[in-house]
Amino acid sequence: MSLPDAIIIGAGIVGAACAERLSADGLRVLVLEADVAGSGATAAGMGHVVVMDDNEAEFALTRYSSDLWRARSAELPQRAEWEPVGTLWVASDAEEFEGARRKLAFYRERGLQAELLDEQSLHEAEPQLRPGLAGGLLIPEDAVTYPPPVAAWLLRQMQERGGELRQSVRVQAIAGDMVVLANGNQLQAPLIVLAAGAASVGLIPALPLQPRKGHLAITDRVPGFVRHQLVELGYLKSAHGSSLESVAFNVQPRATGQLLIGSSRQYGQTSAEINHGILSRMLQQAIGYLPGLAHLSILRTWTGFRAATPDKLPLIGPAPGHEHLWLATGHEGLGITTSLATGQLLADLVAGRPPAIDAAPYAPSRFADSFREEAARAGTV
Amino acid sequence: MREQFEVRVNREAITVDDTTTVAAAILRAGVAGFRQSPDGHWRGPLCGMGICAECRATIDGVPGQYTCQRWCRPGMQIVTGAASDGEAPDELEER
Amino acid sequence: MPAVPQPVRVLVVGAGPAGMQAALTAVASGAAVTLVDGSPSLGGQIWRGEQSHSRAAAALFERVRGSEVRLLFGCQIVDAPEPGLLLGAAEGKAEWLPYDRLILATGAREIFLPFPGWTLPNVFGVGGIQALAKGGLPLAGKRVVVAGSGPLLWSVAAYLRGRGAEIPLIAEQTDLARLVQFAAALRFLPSKFMEAIGIARTLIGTGLRTGCYPVHAHGADRLTAVTLRTSAREWTVDCDYLACGFGFAPNLELPLLLGCTVRDGFVVVDEWQQTSVPGIFCVGEPTGIGGAEKSLAEGAIAGIAATCDVKDRALKGSTASLFAERLRCRRFADALRRGFALREELRTLPASDTILCRCEDVTIGRLIGHPSWRSAKLHERLGMGHCQGRVCGAAAEFLLGWPMESVRPPLFPVHVDTLASVVPSREHDG
Repeated sequence: MSLPDAIIIGAGIVGAACAERLSADGLRVLVLEADVAGSGATAAGMGHVVVMDDNEAEFALTRYSSDLWRARSAELPQRAEWEPVGTLWVASDAEEFEGARRKLAFYRERGLQAELLDEQSLHEAEPQLRPGLAGGLLIPEDAVTYPPPVAAWLLRQMQERGGELRQSVRVQAIAGDMVVLANGNQLQAPLIVLAAGAASVGLIPALPLQPRKGHLAITDRVPGFVRHQLVELGYLKSAHGSSLESVAFNVQPRATGQLLIGSSRQYGQTSAEINHGILSRMLQQAIGYLPGLAHLSILRTWTGFRAATPDKLPLIGPAPGHEHLWLATGHEGLGITTSLATGQLLADLVAGRPPAIDAAPYAPSRFADSFREEAARAGTV
Repeated sequence: MREQFEVRVNREAITVDDTTTVAAAILRAGVAGFRQSPDGHWRGPLCGMGICAECRATIDGVPGQYTCQRWCRPGMQIVTGAASDGEAPDELEER
Repeated sequence: MPAVPQPVRVLVVGAGPAGMQAALTAVASGAAVTLVDGSPSLGGQIWRGEQSHSRAAAALFERVRGSEVRLLFGCQIVDAPEPGLLLGAAEGKAEWLPYDRLILATGAREIFLPFPGWTLPNVFGVGGIQALAKGGLPLAGKRVVVAGSGPLLWSVAAYLRGRGAEIPLIAEQTDLARLVQFAAALRFLPSKFMEAIGIARTLIGTGLRTGCYPVHAHGADRLTAVTLRTSAREWTVDCDYLACGFGFAPNLELPLLLGCTVRDGFVVVDEWQQTSVPGIFCVGEPTGIGGAEKSLAEGAIAGIAATCDVKDRALKGSTASLFAERLRCRRFADALRRGFALREELRTLPASDTILCRCEDVTIGRLIGHPSWRSAKLHERLGMGHCQGRVCGAAAEFLLGWPMESVRPPLFPVHVDTLASVVPSREHDG
């Protein structure tokens, strides 16, 4: 192609969503991917589309994006395995059940469907859960999906509009409006979007991102074993706490009939190897909630890296101190859910359109200090 | 001569001994398709050495067993025809 | 006061000829040896079960059984959670296997190549039908076409005939000229030569076609006939069973998980069979496909090396003759590789709707446009099923040039609670 209007670094689901939206606005987009499209955290993650309530900004983004997913769900390719199974938050004791009540109030005040289940209705909804649990909260509009084909589908739309995808292309550096490739070639565009997840920090060291490693396991086909995405309410403690290492019960029924078992979170890890200690703790946690899991077969395990910001909100918008560089990264464990909203917000901001939700909470400028420090360091060298 | 005994393959009694694998017992019963693939194609054993996973069947109520890697034991109940990896076929539930 | 020295713990994975010989040699040096195998008995794939007729095999079985080697059958290695420790799964239970020295004798599996109809029931591997027959599959009166590549075709055809099967045809894909060259290489191994003579005698009257390969297996819910092709013609043969395999690929999953260097498809070892990881040895097919004789020589060498210091190894009188024997066997292995190299036409057999990945029903057509195994795996489910790519992996490498991906635990499908079990030394760590 002739000179692109925008270069997007990263063909995960966030980069793909940005590519699709920017190309819809008439921009000629070039997407560079170090591996293959839809790999990285897009392939490694669980693939949930969930509305979360930890703070208003997270709620606004997840709800907006969830609406965008549902609006396009009929167009998704079959391999995207879109399954509107709902999320069932499981309360193990009275304290967690109180938490479920608070969640219920939060969602209902904001017009979202939610249903409180007592011990008996929880058992009827999911007979495989161990007896003695306090209850649960059902969010029926949540869904699960297999993200790599969604990324491919978004990229195809971009390509149909004249855009280009290049795979196995490693980016070495970003300098002004230039992207320098590992093979020495340089590419130029007035707009460069960095959407490389946890790898983004390798290109812009000032990014306030830390890799947060996760382990997952998938079973044989056991159709009907569970019906909803199941998450322990204690998940919130582990997902949003800052402890170095944590596991939480999170199981999804997949369209294939397989069960996807998560989850774990580890800071300070860079090796993609399976850690048996973490994996075994994660599986024990799952068996604790679903005793029948014990004798199902695990086919595969793998790891991935979430890109975590200090406030657990993503970075969407121009990078402070970099004239041509925009960011679409830092989605931690919610990159699949918030991908479509990220693409739309970024395209709106680039075009100067008012976005559907306030984009300020996700602006990279909230971390302007750390970018300034980098600039200062660069200047003193 | 080794001691002969019976196992049941889909309720049919088959006479075997303890050097007979479950896969061979199923084939002796005239069953060629042990299970169905995700798209519904019939499959039978291929490698005979516990690698290909095509010979899986339900043994004594436990689905997904590699039948080429298991010896027959007296009274074993073997059921073929599962439509997917772990799902026990309907026949099992009637028993 | 010095502590009483504990015997060195040697763990041998794989109870075929290589593993049995390694275990016997190591135990003779005073080591505490455990021999573990996923199948229910000694012998590996080549000397399967107790029914083996080979005298060499029978003798080795007897020596292993009479030794102090601890035998653990029906146990698949699924993980290597930390140095010096493997996790096995036996009848759904976790089995922790600590070691000071590890000898990998993981053997090989058959290479299957896709062609229309190859997924039909009653299409077996060549080793596959032999294993089923040894497990009690009756063959009397059955018509079995034997096809593919390698000496196994002839020995299995002879075996099946001995069990009453009718063998209308042996279809060997390699050309006659290459076959003649290979026959000349049998001089390296007199025992192989005698074996070949014996097999040839059994097979008198059976049609052997070289440069011949299957192109289509026919049948609705099971095989009824197979179409074969040579450069001259294509014809169809009615049969009950098709036994079809295109040589062997080593089982590299465990060596790769342990970080052993693999080059050109085989584990790299030094003259003492040690891998790139100190204390981990590899013997038999994973270092080069060469059959039982090569396995025995390498097993004996590794059994010495795993239990003796470097300076003591030379004192073992047999090492010089073992090295010489191994060299002869490696020459034979080279001849095997050259003689039965797969022909180009085999790449053109699958149609676009021919299944490559049997577990997930992924057709060849769905792979078009994907640049790599990883891309096809992520987007089409290639290799995501129960066999974990063990069948489609070799085929994809041959057809598309896609090398194997990295390996992760579990190496075999395993119960959730087995993988959830805690490393013993860590149980009290809280």
